[in-house]
Amino acid sequence: MSGPLLEVAGLRKDFVSAGRFGRGARSRVAAVSDVSFAVDAGETLALVGESGSGKTTAVRMVLRLIEPDGGTIRFDGVDWLSLPIGELNRQRRKVGVVFQDPATSLDPRMNVEQIVTEPLVIHRVGDRKERRRRAVALLSAVGIPESALERRPVEFSGGQRQRIAIARALSTAPKLLVLDEPISALDVSVRAQVLNLLADLSESSTPRPATLFVGHDLSVVAHVAHRTAVMYLGRIVEEGPTGELFRTPRHPYTALLLASQPRRSPSERRPPEGASVAGEPASAASIPPGCAFHPRCPVATARCREEVPPETGSLAAGGGPRRFACFQPLS
Amino acid sequence: MSEPLLSVRNLTVTFPAGNGAPVVDGISFDVRPGEIVALVGESGSGKSVTAFALLDLVPEPGRTTGGEIVFEGRDVRGLPPADLRKVRGGGIGLVFQEPGSALDPVRTIGVELAGVLRRHRGLSRAEARRAAVEWLRRVSLPEPERRLDDYPHRMSGGMKQRATIALALAGGPRLLVADEPTTALDVTIQAQILALLRRLRDELGLAVLLITHDLGVVAEVADRALVMYAGEIVEEAEVAELFDAPAHPYTRGLLASRPDAGGAPGARLVAIAGSVPEPGSRGAGCLFAPRCPEAVPGCLAARPSLREVAPGHRAACILAAGPGGKP
Repeated sequence: MSGPLLEVAGLRKDFVSAGRFGRGARSRVAAVSDVSFAVDAGETLALVGESGSGKTTAVRMVLRLIEPDGGTIRFDGVDWLSLPIGELNRQRRKVGVVFQDPATSLDPRMNVEQIVTEPLVIHRVGDRKERRRRAVALLSAVGIPESALERRPVEFSGGQRQRIAIARALSTAPKLLVLDEPISALDVSVRAQVLNLLADLSESSTPRPATLFVGHDLSVVAHVAHRTAVMYLGRIVEEGPTGELFRTPRHPYTALLLASQPRRSPSERRPPEGASVAGEPASAASIPPGCAFHPRCPVATARCREEVPPETGSLAAGGGPRRFACFQPLS
Repeated sequence: MSEPLLSVRNLTVTFPAGNGAPVVDGISFDVRPGEIVALVGESGSGKSVTAFALLDLVPEPGRTTGGEIVFEGRDVRGLPPADLRKVRGGGIGLVFQEPGSALDPVRTIGVELAGVLRRHRGLSRAEARRAAVEWLRRVSLPEPERRLDDYPHRMSGGMKQRATIALALAGGPRLLVADEPTTALDVTIQAQILALLRRLRDELGLAVLLITHDLGVVAEVADRALVMYAGEIVEEAEVAELFDAPAHPYTRGLLASRPDAGGAPGARLVAIAGSVPEPGSRGAGCLFAPRCPEAVPGCLAARPSLREVAPGHRAACILAAGPGGKP
């Protein structure tokens, strides 16, 4: 098949606020505006941004948990948004999802076998014996012993529960894996285990699934994503190969995010105070005109306050396309 | 070296769940005036319970069952309720993780602040209002005069956390206990709040006990760190020393397992095996031994106690080298 596995173009979602106490003026809130990205098979794209950036809304539209107000999504050769619900549900076996908090994403009344095999039951894959065999194989791949099959989520630690959630997500051998902050809710000492597991699984699966990773911690993203798209108040402001993007950010917001990361060690030089003291994001209910970042931007001009900067593409030295939406890009 | 402002000795906190095993198991530490001390640990390490215990605020059915909490020369445990109320807010200020959880939703920030200023500082109504504006300015809340009459729901998470810090400091405490004050905030706002804590320490000579799970936050603001694991302090050192020469295998594991923004996709991290033990299932020896890559049979014989490995640097590990370099 030619072209990317997942191709999102011009995606848009407005939420309508009900006004005060359900009365008064209703207002439209642009949660996601004109978002486009593509993911190839075997590749990991990270969507990063702070709360209100629209990263979660964008991913939920890809999962069709919310319907977009505009834009197109092509997935595995089909027009994903025009699929009727019955066909969509059949095609959903091609997508696996791992959510942030395994304490709430796993059904507490199911045992581990039911949790891991439920997608197979829904998609009528195999008989009971085959499904059980598959569950044992999946659990072994994520480091959970067969003796866990009859036990319930509450009997496991957070890290083990997330392993079970990963086994479930992989049960239908999906072409696309969506990981929504998969280690943020875990204990610090088990995060590295789960990151290593995700890397192992990605390398051992054939064909390797495409992965859409939602995150906010840039050091985690550096370890998982080939490419990274940075979102700010509903738009992608910059995208490129992860290493390059972090070494030479072009958008001032990407630079601010990088400068705001805590130091790895007290002996590292602290960035100049000015780098971090730069206001707060506007609320999504009142996005500033022009470039939404301009009120916090150290290099904004009059034009930035009036026009939304278009995406500028460039071919980076290290290979791989880069783009950014800024009138005053950093060099 | 100045006298400690806070001196905790053998603090023990117990919850009936987990067979009554202590959640905080006989820990001791000091905080000196003007010092930022980080209490670092994972969930279940007992770090937040320790913070609550300092002000006799351990949630039911938990109970502080032993030890001393000496603040400015007096044991806080056993103080009459009226004196305890003066210590809360007047001697020790508290900031919690969720911005705004300490703010009353039906009172403006000005009314809240003025209340604290009148109660702890004895100011008149008009003086309190003027002083409230000054406090909002000191925590860099934009447009402080206008914000005075705002309700918490009108403020962003970062602004609420600034207001909460102003509220915690308005009573004039010498020690601020901040429990994960930036965990619920976005990273660009976290950087601002951490810079604010550093500045307040410098301007007011404030001591800060910062409870956190994030070693990046420790590197960013703390002078000294106490590493907690399963209810015990396993290592204590100046932060530069802790990061450069960690003596406990748990600290080494935590530092090594952190992903690095300079990392490459697919690169493997040095992970710590296993998970944190539950309070009821803790054995006799070193609590980290079952996960420790360096453990020897002797680790399971008895619980190691903190001992000095270098001046000002203590670790609870039988394998940690002593001051003479011998284990």
